[in-house]
Amino acid sequence: MKKEEVPQDKSNLETAKLKELCYAVDEDGNYITVNSSGWDPKTIALSQAIEEINERVAEAKSRVLNNETSPIEYYMEFHKMDLSILASYVGMWTWLVKRHFKPQIFKKLSERKLQNYADIFDVTLDQLKDITKHGN
Amino acid sequence: MEINFTHHQTAHCENGVISNLMKHHGFEISEPMAFGIGSGLLFCYIPFLKVNHAPALTYRAMPGFIFKRFAKRVGIQIKREKFKNPEDAKARLDANLENNNPVGLQVGVYNLTYFPDEYRFHFNAHNLIVYGKQNGTYLISDPVMETVTTLTAKDLEKVRFAKGPFAPKGHVYYPVSFPENLDLEKAIIKGIKHTCRDMLAPMPVLGVKGIRYVAKLIRKWPKKNGVKKANHYLGQVVRMQEEIGTGGGGFRYIFAAFLQESSGILKNPKLAELSKEMTVIGDLWRDFALEASRIYKNRSAQEDAYNKVASQLEIIADEEEAFFKKLKNAIK
Repeated sequence: MKKEEVPQDKSNLETAKLKELCYAVDEDGNYITVNSSGWDPKTIALSQAIEEINERVAEAKSRVLNNETSPIEYYMEFHKMDLSILASYVGMWTWLVKRHFKPQIFKKLSERKLQNYADIFDVTLDQLKDITKHGN
Repeated sequence: MEINFTHHQTAHCENGVISNLMKHHGFEISEPMAFGIGSGLLFCYIPFLKVNHAPALTYRAMPGFIFKRFAKRVGIQIKREKFKNPEDAKARLDANLENNNPVGLQVGVYNLTYFPDEYRFHFNAHNLIVYGKQNGTYLISDPVMETVTTLTAKDLEKVRFAKGPFAPKGHVYYPVSFPENLDLEKAIIKGIKHTCRDMLAPMPVLGVKGIRYVAKLIRKWPKKNGVKKANHYLGQVVRMQEEIGTGGGGFRYIFAAFLQESSGILKNPKLAELSKEMTVIGDLWRDFALEASRIYKNRSAQEDAYNKVASQLEIIADEEEAFFKKLKNAIK
């Protein structure tokens, strides 16, 4: 990649006033570093991944509202987690966490366990039990 | 308290921490040098593991390995500690800052408040340097950022004790002793040899064989997984290749810069030639990313298009195989 080929496309790096560093060659063939504001092929891949997550969140949300799953699954998706990551935060086996996705079982969870989930998801107990109270 | 520390932006976090800490201690080590000596370049498809619900692959060595190898090869000693208890971790960090010693930390990205939201995934192998503390706020030099930044004590604890794969467990590390002179020549040769060995390894998922393996998978994706998933998978390949920190082209340009610098140190003109070849290979990776992005941008999954990018990857694999064989001979 030549110095002038370092892409300067618009990207979400801007929101953090960040430009990333790329390696490129100058006129004399020497390697130098050049800041890049972003590159479209990458930005598209990234926004596609975000879109995918948003879809998963929306889907989880509607399933919670239909009483098909518990709010834990919704908050898990909201925090871009998967089952194994959530389980390691909770400090329980994945199958136990998965069990808590069942609305009947979620209703019977102890305050202590619920509080643990609420802390991990950074929400109040109220919000944990009722996802319509969750901002965003 | 604030340690007199100069922040240099680098492409990648781990090289950046090495390079910045070495510079702080008076050794001029560039990022490509740290990357090359630590044998950072790699290609590996990781079977059975899913990241963000898509197959995982990497263009670089395992987190922590680059620094470990670099330290061993140039003869510096590193002290590393992990903690069960966040309070102990904090106390040890504070004691180091009190001693005027900037330290490297392994952290999770998800709660790094200064990162753009879109980049905050549960990735636990990010590295940064803490160089001071003022009114309970930590002064942070994150190598991928343009300038220094800060984190509150609470936020720092969150990222140091992120959970999931590669959980940092408060991991703190810093060099404790240095040799009088760094023997770069030997270290460079060791680094290059190791990279050649990795890239030419007779393992189906590693090195050039790994690239061919992924190419084969890509051909199957649209039929096996449907349009949406196939596009998501392909997007992940590109994201891994071009994410912040790769310096572009899946670290290939940084490696080319390393070969160029090494050519001068070893007085070996062959390496300068090979550096140019690596730049061309880096460009091929960029072309692959561009072509792949056209597929997922149009949300189409024509098998033709998938076959085309897979063929591009196979060409890259051939080029890299020839390249690393030449590189191996060049340092004999």
